[in-house]
Amino acid sequence: MSFTRLLCAAAALAAFVGPIAAPVSAMAQGKTVAITAIVQHPALDATRDGVVEALKDAGFVQGQTLKVEYQSAQGNPATAAQIARQFAGSRPDVIVPISTPSAQAVAAATRDIPVVFTAVTDPVSAQMVKSMDKPGANITGLSDMAPVAEHVALIREILPQAKRIGVLYNPGEPNSVVLVKALKDEAAKAGLSVVEASVPKSSDAQPAVRSLVGKADAVYIPLDNTVVSALESVIAVGQQAKLPIFSADTDSVARGTVASIGFDYFQVGKQTGAIVARVLKGEKPGDIPVALAKGTDLFVNPKSAAAMGVSLPDAVVKRATKVVGQ
Amino acid sequence: MTEIALFGAIEIGLVYALVAIGVYLSFRILDFPDLTVDGSFPLGAAVCAVLLIAGVNPWIASLAAALGGAGAGLVTATLNVRFKILHLLASILTMIALFSVNLRVMGRPNVALLMQDTVLTPFYGLGIPDHIVRPLVVGVIVAVVVLLLARFLASEFGLAMRATGVNARMARAQGVNTDAHVYAGIALSNGLTGLAGALFAQTNGFADVTTGIGTIVVGLAAVIVGETVLPARALALALVGCVAGSILYRLAVQLALSADAIGLQASDLNLVTAVLVAVALILPRLKAKASRSTRAAR
Repeated sequence: MSFTRLLCAAAALAAFVGPIAAPVSAMAQGKTVAITAIVQHPALDATRDGVVEALKDAGFVQGQTLKVEYQSAQGNPATAAQIARQFAGSRPDVIVPISTPSAQAVAAATRDIPVVFTAVTDPVSAQMVKSMDKPGANITGLSDMAPVAEHVALIREILPQAKRIGVLYNPGEPNSVVLVKALKDEAAKAGLSVVEASVPKSSDAQPAVRSLVGKADAVYIPLDNTVVSALESVIAVGQQAKLPIFSADTDSVARGTVASIGFDYFQVGKQTGAIVARVLKGEKPGDIPVALAKGTDLFVNPKSAAAMGVSLPDAVVKRATKVVGQ
Repeated sequence: MTEIALFGAIEIGLVYALVAIGVYLSFRILDFPDLTVDGSFPLGAAVCAVLLIAGVNPWIASLAAALGGAGAGLVTATLNVRFKILHLLASILTMIALFSVNLRVMGRPNVALLMQDTVLTPFYGLGIPDHIVRPLVVGVIVAVVVLLLARFLASEFGLAMRATGVNARMARAQGVNTDAHVYAGIALSNGLTGLAGALFAQTNGFADVTTGIGTIVVGLAAVIVGETVLPARALALALVGCVAGSILYRLAVQLALSADAIGLQASDLNLVTAVLVAVALILPRLKAKASRSTRAAR
């Protein structure tokens, strides 16, 4: 092989390998994103997966140019505080706390590492940010305030004769309390009354929903970690007592609630991940306004609805983003 | 384990050391299994948070939190002493009632303190990093509590309290008013827990009604780990053992958090923590057994 041919081959090889080699060198200076959630359940896990997916779309591929750390506090706030300290110490490029207590613990643990919170319903009253438009400091994120007005409208559309909406929630969960307040406001506007049943522990869900039988024409479940983790026991009562159960989140529809307009938490995660990518690319979190979760998908479950004695109007089924449970 | 994570574990260990000391008082000294702490811990956090928001001095707010916890303890003690409800049940009743009380105190489930002045604020500007300032301040508070408590338990009243726990009938025969000591002991125990709740809220930037979950378990674990690593006859040393046990427990959690390196998942955290604490409890026993058998061999 002549020297010239060898040179040509080397050049060709370099031209070919070059683009592949570039990400490899980027990997050497890869980014680290640390994610933490107060508990593990499908919506919070989907949020985490969505964040990772969005980062992949933005060129930060897990295992190549991105290292993802994940910790769950398993429902214990002291552990959440300790995870926050651990992340503050390992100095990732961005910390992504999922849920209010995790976000507050992280905010208390670091004042310089960028923080992009998600699944925090009311970031201002949680003192995560001073204002939605100008968060300032090292923190921004995404609020997942549910579209409660649309939920009430949906219940009225499916059950025009309903007068009383029962609501199952844990009064100890900040997000739920905010949603129940919003529900009362929206229901009052629509001329409906709200009957509350509190669920301090998952094991209280079934007796609580039983207590609503006869007192409510439909039951609404806000995005409440306690109730959602015991959803099947609530659905079972709904089917036995022909009491239609609605949920604020769409994930629960596949598990048996009648219908919901809500966020696909994977999409919420992706919207959060897009903000994380902006921070990774050098933007200051304090300059990025807090985003509101978008994407109100309509999920319906005609089979479960029938089991609860409800026939879904054609209009609703026709415009549904997803029909599940068939 | 990074430096910040290490000091973080020590800091949270020191906060929970107050719970451990409280549990030691009720569980070991008075022989009164008291679950009130699961409610008095968030009560302390709630009282402190609400007062801080209202602009009260952080030290006064922390003191009020301790008094709030003591009040909760008095309710449990009253249910038990006056109305003869079994101590375990009396404390469970107070604990579940406190969940609602805490919601009332705060007016909502979560009060943020991220932008409030706390007992730590004056110490932040001294040039020492935040993650060292926090355990230092909490450590000083814990040290003061240990010293005061050691003196108290060595006083005549304290000795009578210890006698009440060891043998109430004999103590009464000696003219000790055992009821008064149960009231005082449980109030003191929950007062310390309330103070711990206040410190937790101030060091972590929020009071949340869920912060009480598992407090009794953590307190008991700390007491027992402490007794194992520091088997002390002297009471002052036993109190130090509670502090050591609480810090060791948090270090175990910290180790468990790093366990993903050996293929464990985030969901395995509680299991790993339990295994680490169990190992800490079993090891000294095995060591004692080994040294006994070598002595026997001689």
